[in-house]
Amino acid sequence: MNKIAIEDLNLQYADGTESLNGINLEVPANAITVLFGPAGGGKSSLLRCINRLNDLAEVKKMTGRILLDGGNILDQKTDVIALRRKVGMVFARPVVLPMSIRQNLTYGLELAGEKHKSRLDEAVERSLKQAALWEEVHDRLDEAAIALSGGQQQRLCLARVLALRPEVILLDEPTSGLDPISTGKVEASLQELKKNYTVILVPHSVQQAARTADHAAFFLQGKLVEYAPGTEIFTNPQDQRTEDYVTGRFG
Amino acid sequence: MKRFFTSNRDLTQRLGFSLLTLMTLLTVIPIIGVVIYILVQGAPAISWEFITGFPRSGMRAGGILPAIIGTFYLTLGTAIFSVPLGVAAAVYLSEYAPENRLTRLIRLAIINLAGIPSVVYGLFGLGLFVLFLKFGTSVLSASLTLSIMTLPVIISTAEEALRAVPQSFRTVSISLGATRWQTIRRIVLPQALPGILTGVILGLERAAGETAPILFTGAAFFLPRLPNSPFDATMALPYHLFVISTQVPEMPIQIQYGTALVLLTFVLGMNLIATYVRSRARAKRQW
Repeated sequence: MNKIAIEDLNLQYADGTESLNGINLEVPANAITVLFGPAGGGKSSLLRCINRLNDLAEVKKMTGRILLDGGNILDQKTDVIALRRKVGMVFARPVVLPMSIRQNLTYGLELAGEKHKSRLDEAVERSLKQAALWEEVHDRLDEAAIALSGGQQQRLCLARVLALRPEVILLDEPTSGLDPISTGKVEASLQELKKNYTVILVPHSVQQAARTADHAAFFLQGKLVEYAPGTEIFTNPQDQRTEDYVTGRFG
Repeated sequence: MKRFFTSNRDLTQRLGFSLLTLMTLLTVIPIIGVVIYILVQGAPAISWEFITGFPRSGMRAGGILPAIIGTFYLTLGTAIFSVPLGVAAAVYLSEYAPENRLTRLIRLAIINLAGIPSVVYGLFGLGLFVLFLKFGTSVLSASLTLSIMTLPVIISTAEEALRAVPQSFRTVSISLGATRWQTIRRIVLPQALPGILTGVILGLERAAGETAPILFTGAAFFLPRLPNSPFDATMALPYHLFVISTQVPEMPIQIQYGTALVLLTFVLGMNLIATYVRSRARAKRQW
């Protein structure tokens, strides 16, 4: 079943950097869909469309539709706050908010109006376990989050998204700054998470794309070149450009 | 090797460094000089009576309590008007304002406001607050005048402090379902607070030491009592110092220096608080 359907999406920023041209893409639920390709191809821009974070940027032109469960989220009437709770995002650089570990996790929930301490505590424990961080931090939840290591911070960022019980999780090169062990932990979490969530990942390497993808979309200069199940696109790409990139001839 | 180290270039370099060190020291000397001079000259005048008493015998004896309290009131009044206005303007400029002709004009106005001579503020305050709005020569008029003078300092330092908060905090907060205002209130303002506070104190410190803006708007030549409402005039330390230094014949010199010392302590004390706030915040900062 498709969770998200992107229909004929065009995007241009005011400053002329990155753009998207005629993107059509169907993202299935309960799977990891990988968007990969060389830098500047429009992968991050597409992610930022799906939770309307692009509202913060100066967009010159945007046409097309993005359907989430059938409803167009680019519509003027969309409740973007509710949308962002439903579609969470993890960024390339781990950004912990300047507060304690616990407060980082409850921040979004409290803004959503959750006041019950027991429910907040439950969300903290659940999300940390889902992000494989509970064992490491459960006895120091009230310490400053900045004291965590880079890998732990990134898993906290993932947990912070999970605390809101989203339906879709967007990850923009979440392991680009992490060591291999932390990267492995994040990837393992994602494999577990896809059972209950729709995951869209921009990987930081082709290897990671191949390791994690159930479905993969190859982006080049703002265009979607090829979209296929992960097992096919990395072993038997149909487009010459995809093959060149996957085999390392450019990029 | 030895020739290399005693070369001409080395000598020039050492001469250059020495010159720079000397210049730097020269800038510090006047500050230390002023403080020590005022301290030595003014200390004999300082007594319990001087701090807590009212002036007597045509201000030639007694204390300066009304001036101390007056300056305190004026500083407080200035804070009440300029802090909310200044911080709100800074939040608007840093967080909401689009980059267009209007905001560029506002910024230009703020920069120019900072360059206006303080006596012009005094005249403006006289026209607007004292005469047109009929607040009279009062603590209120003087505070409002000082507020306008202080605004540019508060706005520009507060805006700088807000802009120093990493953009990524805002993006993350928004991505977690916060509104812009929630992000500002819960993340940006708390992080910028020490910087804002420093700017506020520095601005108020300047207001506390000014004479010209209060000259026509609220300062009393001689008022041997405390102001009993915001519409009352008041004595103030800087104006009192001006009066006893130039307007009163046969004025004992140690009273002049004693007054100067009290004013200096007031202003430097605020400066110390600002420095303390800043250094403590830097130690605690999480980014």
